[in-house]
Amino acid sequence: MFGRLSEQALKHDWIEYMAGGSMVLGGLVAFLLITYYRKWGTLWKEWFTSVDHKRIGMMYLVVSFVMLFKGLVDAGMMRGQQAFACGESFGYLGASHFQQIFTAHGVTMIFFVGMGVMFGLINLVLPLQIGARDVAFPVLNNISFWLFTFSGMYIFVSLILGFFAGTGWSCYPPLAGLKYNPGVGVDYWLWTVQISGIGSMLSGINFLVTILKMRCPGMTLRRMPIFVWAILATMILVVFAFPILTATIAMLSTDRLIDTKIFTADYGGSPMLFINLFWAWGHPEVYILVLPAFGIFSEIVPVFSKKRLFGYTSMVWAIVAITVLSFIVWLHHFFTMGAGANVNAFFGIMTMIIAVPTGVKIFNWLFTMFRGKIQFTTPMYWFLGFVLIFTIGGMTGVLMSIPAADFQIHNSLFLVAHFHFVIIGGVLFGFFAGFTYWFPKFIGFKMNESFGKVAFWFWMIGFVVAFFPLFILGFMGATRRMDHYSVSAWQPLFVVAALGAILIFIGVGFQVLQILATIKERKRNRDTTGDPWDGRTLEWSTSSPPPFYNFAMTPEVKTRDPFWEMKRSGVRATQEYEEIHMPKNSAVGFWIGLFSFICSFGVIWWMWWLAALGAVGILAAIITRFYVKDVDYHLSKEEVKRLEEKGSP
Amino acid sequence: MKAFPDMYHDQYSRTIFGFWMYLLTDFILFGTFFAVYAVLRKSVLGGTPPDVLFELPYTLWQTLILLGSAYTIGMGGAFAHRKQASKAMLFFGITFLLGVLFLGLEGRELARFIASGNSWQNSAFLSSFFTLVGTHGAHILFGLLWMVLILISVAQDGITAQTLRRLTCMRMFWQFLNILWVFVFTIVYLMGEIQ
Repeated sequence: MFGRLSEQALKHDWIEYMAGGSMVLGGLVAFLLITYYRKWGTLWKEWFTSVDHKRIGMMYLVVSFVMLFKGLVDAGMMRGQQAFACGESFGYLGASHFQQIFTAHGVTMIFFVGMGVMFGLINLVLPLQIGARDVAFPVLNNISFWLFTFSGMYIFVSLILGFFAGTGWSCYPPLAGLKYNPGVGVDYWLWTVQISGIGSMLSGINFLVTILKMRCPGMTLRRMPIFVWAILATMILVVFAFPILTATIAMLSTDRLIDTKIFTADYGGSPMLFINLFWAWGHPEVYILVLPAFGIFSEIVPVFSKKRLFGYTSMVWAIVAITVLSFIVWLHHFFTMGAGANVNAFFGIMTMIIAVPTGVKIFNWLFTMFRGKIQFTTPMYWFLGFVLIFTIGGMTGVLMSIPAADFQIHNSLFLVAHFHFVIIGGVLFGFFAGFTYWFPKFIGFKMNESFGKVAFWFWMIGFVVAFFPLFILGFMGATRRMDHYSVSAWQPLFVVAALGAILIFIGVGFQVLQILATIKERKRNRDTTGDPWDGRTLEWSTSSPPPFYNFAMTPEVKTRDPFWEMKRSGVRATQEYEEIHMPKNSAVGFWIGLFSFICSFGVIWWMWWLAALGAVGILAAIITRFYVKDVDYHLSKEEVKRLEEKGSP
Repeated sequence: MKAFPDMYHDQYSRTIFGFWMYLLTDFILFGTFFAVYAVLRKSVLGGTPPDVLFELPYTLWQTLILLGSAYTIGMGGAFAHRKQASKAMLFFGITFLLGVLFLGLEGRELARFIASGNSWQNSAFLSSFFTLVGTHGAHILFGLLWMVLILISVAQDGITAQTLRRLTCMRMFWQFLNILWVFVFTIVYLMGEIQ
């Protein structure tokens, strides 16, 4: 009946009990608050089943913030452990718990924070920037969101029931095989990544079609904002890379479930094959995360420099070059596999070449600022921080692309420092910049600037203090993922890194204060024009927050930076209102997500009846949706006119 | 598409393009399985080698049946575009039966392998073979289920903008599985004979 689920699964150490308990408590408080204010109906009707890209985007961000908090706590626990666990002392975390924490930290940050914030912002901004009313497949968008959200829950469920994988986020076999990891941990990993990966793949298809098929009249490819170009490239990467992950994880699953011998160390299986395939997805994934951030900066820098973007064409070619190159560098993740000098040299050189288009972009942004009227707002602070940190991160990457050097620092803390420099400096700073920049568009008032800047400085200084020592430790020979070490010379640097983590946490505290202050000052900072920053692209041409149909009249574009041109030439759209065709909300995404969760939960715990129930549920949800005819509605001209004259709804 | 003024603006072309993108992802999924097969196909571990295991004439019949269904589904699509619902349903129905026949033959072959001690658990070669061919078979199975759903909606509504769109996607999906099978036949079965 319960497969391998028994009361044994509930046994943990006291730290895990505390984490699990506080999580249940948090969930309960949220549940009670929503019930007390009778908001379940509103939530269900206007948010959970919504197909409006703006609402889905906000839901992505809410989930990602919860995940970011979770990932930061993991990070803090690891820094704390490594600051203490030297020589005689073994710290406060057991080895197996520590392993689960670094695995969960990686999975959370890559799949649910990086992907989540980017898909959140893409959802919010992209349709507005191309002058569309929604994405190409609005219901599919909702399905993607729920697959993302439900798969993320496994990271929390594993705190209470059983345990998470202890293999590291990349989950290499044979360690991840049934022989060495018989428990549920790896299965939790498999299904978390599998389901969220399928969600991302569907989103990739959705946005690719949105960009290529739904641009407003006049917006040719070469008039698209660079953010849209970056997302186009990102979605091409998603569509090409994620199926590899799906197939690879499916094969690791069959290895564990029905005893196939694909990635096993015996029966002729090949563990290295998994590692190759994993990184054939994994390296493009890095660019899937960072290209949207590049796009965000390409929007922010021109607006706050009051100049058009320097080198639009070279920017586009740089994006395209990165897209192509990102598929032929994967082997640099395991030069130590011993593929031979020529293979390693090829991938090393390709890795060095990929730094060139990235450098082009950095210089383009700097030249955009050159002789501009620069406004030092919070988004610009994040941008300047990004330039410094990301460039150091990129150069250390080039350093590691030399195979001979990589043999020395492979899997050391030098590597950990490198990818945190590029991912935090690139993706997270980019997201913070974009969040502050587009916040007034979707909420209706600007964010508090002074707390934002203080938060930036704590993040910036805290980040350097936390991660610079790791470069040095890597050279000293400290490897990643250690719950204990015996070299006492390392300890001072680990303590410094922990202090840096504390500074970052203070920065996060200031970000919370920033949000509170923003809410408090909302009347003063209200954006009545829809264009608080003197923007250049179409999203600023509609009201803040935009109506659910985005634009009353379909915009027509004649140049790059169309809104800037409209403002300068004084020509605004003078068309008549038109009938608007909108999709209706649908609950199918929620049900598919829920039943996917139930199905995979059954598989993880070997409760086959539950897995079958979930599978039938998914099919039933799809079939029901298949025969629904009432999927859309029309807003009449008069209704649009009434809504527009009433002001933003 | 002039015959069908589409109430969804250009939803026809949008959906078809989206479906092409989906097929692209599926192609890469299969590409991964093919790559794995290519790497592991020599790992027979003393078991029956492919040239002894496979019976080419049997697989040739499978191939001919599936390629025949490519013709019938094409006819079905042509009639659908001419709004001749009953003829379209007839040819889609024949395609369905050919698909069932193909799947039956494939199931029988895999069952024979398992019965003769060549199950997926026995070597990496067999694992990758079962994964590749099994995934193709699973796609055929889902295609058949989907075809039933679509034919029901065609029976209810006739050829409308919506059902035509669905029939076209179905046809693309089926031809895609056909092309994949040509690769499977060539790379797995034919090349298995000459190793």
